Amino acid sequence: MDKTIFLFLVQDGVINGSIYALAAIALVLVFTVTRVILVPQGEFISFGAMTVAALEAGRMPPTAWLLVALGALSAAAALVQQRRTLSVRGVTLIVLFNLVLPALLAALTYALAPMKLGTAMNILLAVALIVPMGPMLYRVAFAPLANASVLVLLIAAFGVHFSLMGLGLVFFGPEGVSTQPLLTQSFTAGGIPITGQSVAVVAATALLLIVFALFFGRTLIGKALRACASNRLGARLVGIPTAIAGQISFGLAACLGAVSGVLAGPIVAIYYDSGFLIGLKAFVAAILGGLVSFPLTVLASLGVGIAESFFSFWTSNFKEVMVFSLILPVLLWRSLRQPAQAEEE
Amino acid sequence: MPARATWIAAILALVIVALPFTGLMPPYWVTLFNYIGISSLVAIGLVLLTGVGGMTSFGQAAFVGLGAYTTGALTVHFGMSPWLALPLALAVTGLGALLIGALTVRLSGHYLPIGTIAWGIALFYLFGNLSWLGAHDGLSGIPTLRIGDHALTEGRQYFIVVWLAVVSAVVAVQNLLGGRTGRAVRALRRSTAAAEAFGVNVAGTKLKVFVFAALLAGLAGWLYAHFQRSVAPGPFGVNAGIEYLLMAVVGGAGRVYGAILGATAITFLRDQLQNILPVLVGAPGNYEIVVFGAVLVFALQAAPAGLWPILFGPPRPGRLARRRPSAALGRRSVALRGAPLLDVRSACKRYGGLVAVDDVGFDVKAGEIVGLIGPNGAGKSTTFNLICGAQKLNSGEIVFRDASIAGATPQRIAARGLGRTFQHADIVADMSVLENVALGAHLRGEAGLLRAVLRLDRAEEGRLLDEAMRQLERVGLAPEAHKPAGSLALGQMRLVEVARALCLDPVLVLMDEPAAGLRFGEKKALAGLLRELRSDGVSVLLIEHDMDFVMSVADRLVVLDFGRKIAEGAPAAVRSDPRVRDAYLGGIAS
Repeated sequence: MDKTIFLFLVQDGVINGSIYALAAIALVLVFTVTRVILVPQGEFISFGAMTVAALEAGRMPPTAWLLVALGALSAAAALVQQRRTLSVRGVTLIVLFNLVLPALLAALTYALAPMKLGTAMNILLAVALIVPMGPMLYRVAFAPLANASVLVLLIAAFGVHFSLMGLGLVFFGPEGVSTQPLLTQSFTAGGIPITGQSVAVVAATALLLIVFALFFGRTLIGKALRACASNRLGARLVGIPTAIAGQISFGLAACLGAVSGVLAGPIVAIYYDSGFLIGLKAFVAAILGGLVSFPLTVLASLGVGIAESFFSFWTSNFKEVMVFSLILPVLLWRSLRQPAQAEEE
Repeated sequence: MPARATWIAAILALVIVALPFTGLMPPYWVTLFNYIGISSLVAIGLVLLTGVGGMTSFGQAAFVGLGAYTTGALTVHFGMSPWLALPLALAVTGLGALLIGALTVRLSGHYLPIGTIAWGIALFYLFGNLSWLGAHDGLSGIPTLRIGDHALTEGRQYFIVVWLAVVSAVVAVQNLLGGRTGRAVRALRRSTAAAEAFGVNVAGTKLKVFVFAALLAGLAGWLYAHFQRSVAPGPFGVNAGIEYLLMAVVGGAGRVYGAILGATAITFLRDQLQNILPVLVGAPGNYEIVVFGAVLVFALQAAPAGLWPILFGPPRPGRLARRRPSAALGRRSVALRGAPLLDVRSACKRYGGLVAVDDVGFDVKAGEIVGLIGPNGAGKSTTFNLICGAQKLNSGEIVFRDASIAGATPQRIAARGLGRTFQHADIVADMSVLENVALGAHLRGEAGLLRAVLRLDRAEEGRLLDEAMRQLERVGLAPEAHKPAGSLALGQMRLVEVARALCLDPVLVLMDEPAAGLRFGEKKALAGLLRELRSDGVSVLLIEHDMDFVMSVADRLVVLDFGRKIAEGAPAAVRSDPRVRDAYLGGIAS
């Protein structure tokens, strides 16, 4: 392997790794706050890319209708779940968020879609359509299971994944989509060509990670989420509503998922089920980070991305076998370390 | 197997043989039930693995794949008879499970299910990329099963094979759960510490269950391959693994028949959705997965414990049939009264900066009751855990029956004749009192998984249960023997622990606050029991806060405070020791 190939593989790995990092951060966030392993994170990714593709074609993306339908479901679920403590303000909020907002977004999309407003606007619209789905899904599927075991939550997450992936197939069909890159320029550095899109991916990821660090370090909501993550009962006792924390974490996850889908769209063809595979690799990274640490997770994501690009160079057929086998020794190491930790604490 | 269960199995077998030929089942249903039966085998394994053993596996479909591909490759490439390929398919699956399981069962918490997802996906991609397994197209032209010259090409003939396998699997798993290994599996999920303290090899037992469940999946794979006549990677991915898990959970994880119910419900639901939805929507498409996922979520919300408990009520602890009285178990010989038994020398245990046990030394002689007392946080329970091997010494030495046990596992120490009770009663709530106590006799039996499955363990099992009953009588809980242990009062749970410790046939029993929660009469009875043990030559090391109780039974007291030994001697002397008074009363009394 010469230096050019090596650098090329590293570049490729870093780009993939950046996309995994966004998804992995979302997985860690949701898991620590709600104990849900967010399998449907992959669908946010697919939906993100495919919504942009629909907008580029000047079509109304079906995800807008999905948002309206989910909003109705979520409103119904919220009214049932809160039937004993309903207030005028509560009902207004539920109606505004679950019914009015989706309707407005759908109307806006309906009006803007045929105008083909360009890449940046398409991306904004796609993310705006997908973010509210996060809290809605939490409300419909996971809030009633808030006290269930991690296993039950995990199976429920797979249920949501099945439904959304099936809808993705119905909406977008079995063909893959590729979307327009954000930056079309490309240049050469160190002997290898670097596309504008790869710079955009890495920059966007870095920017989002910084925003996240500030959000969790400096804002009250961010700190409240961290409190929920480290001790749910304690957070409840000091008055942090854990249900709302769950919704916020799902919203952030949907946002990160949509963004990573939008970023991945111009690089690889996205199919209705591609998100699941991206999500799984992000998941490998999240596990390597112990499902707790954000910086470790980002590092691990880059590691997974680079490992994947080298595996695909060496043994392209067995790339996936290698990536997923990689996780086992790490899990074992984590398991063996854990009892020791418990003793020291 | 009790006579009634034998009859049920026999009648079931007859019904299975006859049913498809009565004309009551249309061929479509026969086919559907063949698939249900094949899935049931996998789900039954998962009930054992996940529901009972507490190990959630998303990867069972990969083991189905190992079984299916092995028989597929052997019969297609080498023209081997399917019947000859069966043991080989099981061997490959078993070996694969042994390798994967050796790693998997050591994973803790949610790392374990995640690990199963990882190897599930890895194996799936392996199937899809090996050219001699047909890569993504798979293998086709797999022969049907033949009996003599007769090929089992008809669905209803295959039905018999499939469902006889299911009935055998149910019987095997029920037998397994009713025996010594099954008891260990059920116990280690709820209380690993207790299982270890009575000599259960936790990782080994988990691995046995893991391989057993994988073998059931491998058998299902073999049946699938010869029914479908072709194999491709699709049905062996993680999605399929999730579906199998779903069957076990929907049926009611932990209930063997629930697995069949779950397999029926899920297979049926998906099949019906595939038929109905395109008609409802008015266009062909894979809508079933959308509804399937939604139904799954709402089913979990409505019935997190599965369907079986809703339909058939909560589990009853196994009623053990009356048995002929069996020969008593052999007893361990106890040392001569007064001979050295346990010697703790300069034991130290630190947690970071906190020194929980600091240079503590004392001994226990054969046929002696020693009380270990001290205020809260003095390091009494930690000292216990050091002696039992539940925690490791930082420095110092512990000698038990003339051999060092510092650094030994709880299992080895238990095998040398050390029984214990726990400060917080550590018993399995959904097992009967008798079974909980019988766990104590784990090391006095030797029947393994295979003997249990074949029901060759009955004589030994009878002796173990008789011993458990005898010890329950000693602590006065015989009338409660068949109740679920979780229904007892706290004091009674402690007595269950005492009986369980006695079941080990110990030479030394460590009891952590056995009298807490007991009423006056019960305390008197317990004191009597301790004296009886002493006169049998058994020694007791006792942590107790009830001073009247400990003063009345102990020959000698050891007093700890802040991890250090501050006094030792006869009860009367210790009671008047000023340092002890200081420790208990905060120095005001002096």
